[in-house]
Amino acid sequence: MNLVNTSVPKVDSMALVTGKPVYTDDLAPKDCLIVKVLRSPHAHAKIRKIETERALKVPGIECVLTHEDCSDKRFTMAGQTYPEPSPYDRRILDDRVRFVGDAVAVIAGVSEKAVAKAMKLVKVDYEVLEPVLDFRKAKDHEILVHPEENWKALCEVGADNKRNLCARSETQEGDIDQVLKDCKYYVEETYHTKANQQAMMENFCTFTHMDAYGRLNVVSSTQVTFHVRRILSNALDIPKSKIRVVKPRIGGGFGAKQTVVTEVYPALVTMKTGKPAKIVYTREESFIASSPRHEMEITVRIGADENGIIKGIDVYTLSNTGAYGEHGPTTVGLSGHKSIPLYGKAEAFRFAYDVVYTNVMSAGAYRGYGATQGIFAVESAVNELAHKMGMDPVKLKELNMVKKGQKMPAYYGETATSCALDKCVERVKEMISWDEKYPRKDMGNGKVRGVGLALAMQGSGISNVDTAAVTIKVNDDGFYSLIIGASDMGTGCDTILAQMAADCLDCDMDQIIVHGVDTDVSPYDTGSYASSTTYVTGMAVVKTCEVLKEKILKKGAQYLSCPPEEAEFDGKRVFHPESGKEISLKDIGNQVMCGNEEALQASESHYSPTSPPPFMAGAAEVEVDLETGAVELIDFAAVVDCGTVINPNLAKVQTEGGIAQGIGMALYEEILYNEKGKTSANSFMQYKIPTRQDIGNIRIEFQSSYEPTGPFGAKSIGEIVINTPSPAIAEAVYNASGVRVRELPITAEKIYMGMKEK
Amino acid sequence: MTMEEIELVTIANYLRPESLSDAYKLNQKKTNRVLGGMMWLRLCSPRIQNAIDLSGLDLDYIKETEEAFEIGAMCSLRSLETHPELEAYFCGAIKESVRHIVGVQFRNQATVGGSIYGRFGFSDVLTCLLALDTEVVLVHAGKMTLAEFADRKRDRDILEKIIIKKDGRRVAYLSQRATKTDFPVAACAVSKKEDIWYVSVGARPAKAELAVIHGQPADTLAEKAVADMKFGSNMRGSAEYREAVAKVLVRRAANAVLEES
Amino acid sequence: MEVKFQLNGKPAAADIEPDCMLLDLLRDMRCYSVKRGCDTTNCGLCTVLVNGKPSLSCAMPAARAEGKEIITLEGLQEEAVVFGRFLAKEGAEQCGYCSPGFIMNVIAMMRELKDPSIEEIKEYLAGNLCRCSGYEGQMRAIRNYMKEKGAQ
Repeated sequence: MNLVNTSVPKVDSMALVTGKPVYTDDLAPKDCLIVKVLRSPHAHAKIRKIETERALKVPGIECVLTHEDCSDKRFTMAGQTYPEPSPYDRRILDDRVRFVGDAVAVIAGVSEKAVAKAMKLVKVDYEVLEPVLDFRKAKDHEILVHPEENWKALCEVGADNKRNLCARSETQEGDIDQVLKDCKYYVEETYHTKANQQAMMENFCTFTHMDAYGRLNVVSSTQVTFHVRRILSNALDIPKSKIRVVKPRIGGGFGAKQTVVTEVYPALVTMKTGKPAKIVYTREESFIASSPRHEMEITVRIGADENGIIKGIDVYTLSNTGAYGEHGPTTVGLSGHKSIPLYGKAEAFRFAYDVVYTNVMSAGAYRGYGATQGIFAVESAVNELAHKMGMDPVKLKELNMVKKGQKMPAYYGETATSCALDKCVERVKEMISWDEKYPRKDMGNGKVRGVGLALAMQGSGISNVDTAAVTIKVNDDGFYSLIIGASDMGTGCDTILAQMAADCLDCDMDQIIVHGVDTDVSPYDTGSYASSTTYVTGMAVVKTCEVLKEKILKKGAQYLSCPPEEAEFDGKRVFHPESGKEISLKDIGNQVMCGNEEALQASESHYSPTSPPPFMAGAAEVEVDLETGAVELIDFAAVVDCGTVINPNLAKVQTEGGIAQGIGMALYEEILYNEKGKTSANSFMQYKIPTRQDIGNIRIEFQSSYEPTGPFGAKSIGEIVINTPSPAIAEAVYNASGVRVRELPITAEKIYMGMKEK
Repeated sequence: MTMEEIELVTIANYLRPESLSDAYKLNQKKTNRVLGGMMWLRLCSPRIQNAIDLSGLDLDYIKETEEAFEIGAMCSLRSLETHPELEAYFCGAIKESVRHIVGVQFRNQATVGGSIYGRFGFSDVLTCLLALDTEVVLVHAGKMTLAEFADRKRDRDILEKIIIKKDGRRVAYLSQRATKTDFPVAACAVSKKEDIWYVSVGARPAKAELAVIHGQPADTLAEKAVADMKFGSNMRGSAEYREAVAKVLVRRAANAVLEES
Repeated sequence: MEVKFQLNGKPAAADIEPDCMLLDLLRDMRCYSVKRGCDTTNCGLCTVLVNGKPSLSCAMPAARAEGKEIITLEGLQEEAVVFGRFLAKEGAEQCGYCSPGFIMNVIAMMRELKDPSIEEIKEYLAGNLCRCSGYEGQMRAIRNYMKEKGAQ
């Protein structure tokens, strides 16, 4: 079979396009208690008292829960491998609220109306405190976001709650200060990226109920099914063995659902009442109390010699984790580790960072996970350096970009075992007609077009951490069950893993049924994040298939009464060439269900000591109105090296989708807070994601390399695709208008003001 | 629209009056509200005792006469957008003013009455119709110009229809938005009849205002038109930027009008 | 209060609260294809046909359904399968959550516009947000669908 590298439709596609009830809220029992969260109107306050009596009298109200009903052990909502780098700084409900929208009380009742009415009747007496809202002043601020004594960090990440520090670190190779001092050309600039919402179409939602064994069952829209089990065990202070988590179809995640945003609330209600309970966030809640991208301010110092060789890169990142530390210590790392290594000739680098607590919504994981922020800064700085040198920025990139076989000191010393970045750049230049269009073209009507290009990298899973196991069993009639713990979030891992299995087992896709993740049944998988599923779980599929094939062969040989080393398996039958005897897989499958003492199944686990980066080049063409600064994206071309492309259509759509999100980040999206710490970005009316009229034309291609450590030569695709739009568009705007925008989003007003200052 | 918190409407009773005068009587109580398309009301008016639905009163029409277009309060923005005679007579300006509003589905539901009666700062429809010779007909107060209505104190009257005169004006509408379907950062309609310019500027972000200017060349019109208008700031743009863009748009619209003539 | 209407070709009646929105009523009546993606009429996920016109069921009082013909994707399964195959062939449904509302509006567009241009298609469908696909795959599916329809 040759299913890998073909565009098989997703195995669940027809259910999705015909609108079948397959998502969490569709599946929830109709008699679920409705759960809602009362939220803080203050950015920082202590709760003196909560009066619940009147609320409890509303007909249909089941319970009103406060911090007094919750364990005082702290935990993190970050879906990460244990021990989590994110500090244990949360309770389900606390007696201190740390951002506008923080949870104060949980109310459950038989209807939305009853709960809404009861919510108005809960009286909270707050001692309002001064908030820390400016992330530039948060470190060592006299006001502490987490003064509590039982705050703890499980890992050495430089965290210190008494300094408002969620993490800090510094790494260096070579004498960066001296190297930069000796450079003929030098740029030092600071770039600012904003918090952004993943804005997946399905809001956060979860339902819970007790099963026949007295265990808490959780059905949730999550990317981290197994981590949910641990986090709920921590949050509720009950054994993990008492919890089962199932993930149905989920309506998008992009990292948002790598944090346990809603699960704790209905779980708490079900534990207290024994009754099924459901929470479905409104879009407003998904906007004001969720897990957006970390805001970062990144200072880049970069220098090149007279030949245009980049000699050193120094990156300092200040990251704003908000009220809680979810993904704070880890996202920041990527801002340097996945930007500096793009340039392979640097003799020295330094990467330092501080991650601070403030009284705004906690940040979380969003596609790109810090790399997006770092790449905007470093790519912008490289572009600025080229302009200072009077050189075409693409020329400077071509001179310096990382090549196959090079060691990447700032990427944990890993070697680029596969890298077609040079081919990506070459092709994307053709696609955008770089040589004709750079730097600008006057359209003669007050409008000018400019082009810009950026490079990007990401990883493929978290090296030495991400672990995936897969089980495949042979059923009667010889069809296979592929049982995975990876959490398909719409991007199609149920499909591409089946494609791989089908190729390994020499069969058709319809021979394989895929069972998505259920913590009671599925083998362990860290979850769908960190661009890990294709690369890590995919390899587990390959390994499992190899073992299973051996077992099928042995079983077949046994039934044929021939030595296994003389038998062969071709996917349909086991046969003995010498004697001509054969037995079909169908017959083997049926026979092992009668008088058999060894299960015909295999289960293997995989992790990777490396995280081979996919690479990408993206180029934008924009048109700027010189009178108003209005900018129109005309064209975005991109070429990706994700190793072998397992499913070209799914990879293509992921790439186009990631680019569209990146365009949103570049041009429109930001979470703004007022002086009281309240955000106006509370709806799709105020937080504008791109419509289909805002993205110009997105055109993408692949330039495959072959990654020797990946399944079928594959690397990852999921995250890298969001990284090029911001720096490419910023550069295109500069080339068109002469205005360098270093703070996202690149609005018409910023361009206009920039032009006016000149 | 600030929409600090999103709180959805509650309605205790749903009434379908059989005449406009019945509807008017019902609407005299403060806790009662007339329903338009429910697009904004749903988000801004949390507690309604009696909701008054006019959809059974045959107010969904566009009638063309020799002198004017008459448009019923319950006519949808989408009908306004796709009406061939309106498009032809007003040089596509009315279509241009509504086609960026959210999406086709939204415009199928949002009504002309709701858009005008709300007198919202972001209203494209109000901005556009101010630059035309538009009158509104209220159930109680009767007929008045749209400009008068826009300045009028809010009361409990009900808008029945609007009348747009066919007075031969040439008109153009322009707006600037972040995403294509967002509220405008600046919006303007410019029309010209003989040597009189009518310049309406909306999304300042306060509600649209009209400047009537005699005999001005197109390239200096903008400066004069916005001279007495106040611009403010919100998350979509600063006062300074809005004013600058408004001037550019007014000039471009004026030139477009001259080209049409 | 009681409301009577045609739902997917069959008479339907329901006892509703005066402030019940059509979206909630339809989900109560097991039309689960109708999704809620926002609170503010911006996303298009709840699109249904009301007397043939694509409408946002989140903003339409259920009481206004009185005497009307309401169609959800449950009532257009054949067309959903036909167009859905084009979408799935591109992989452009991805998470699938916006697909029902999107497909409803595509069907409405095909009925309303004759041979629309790319720009007209984009404008007609601008009220249908999708965060997964970047829209390009959806546009490929529509072009291929129109091509096949034209060929027939």
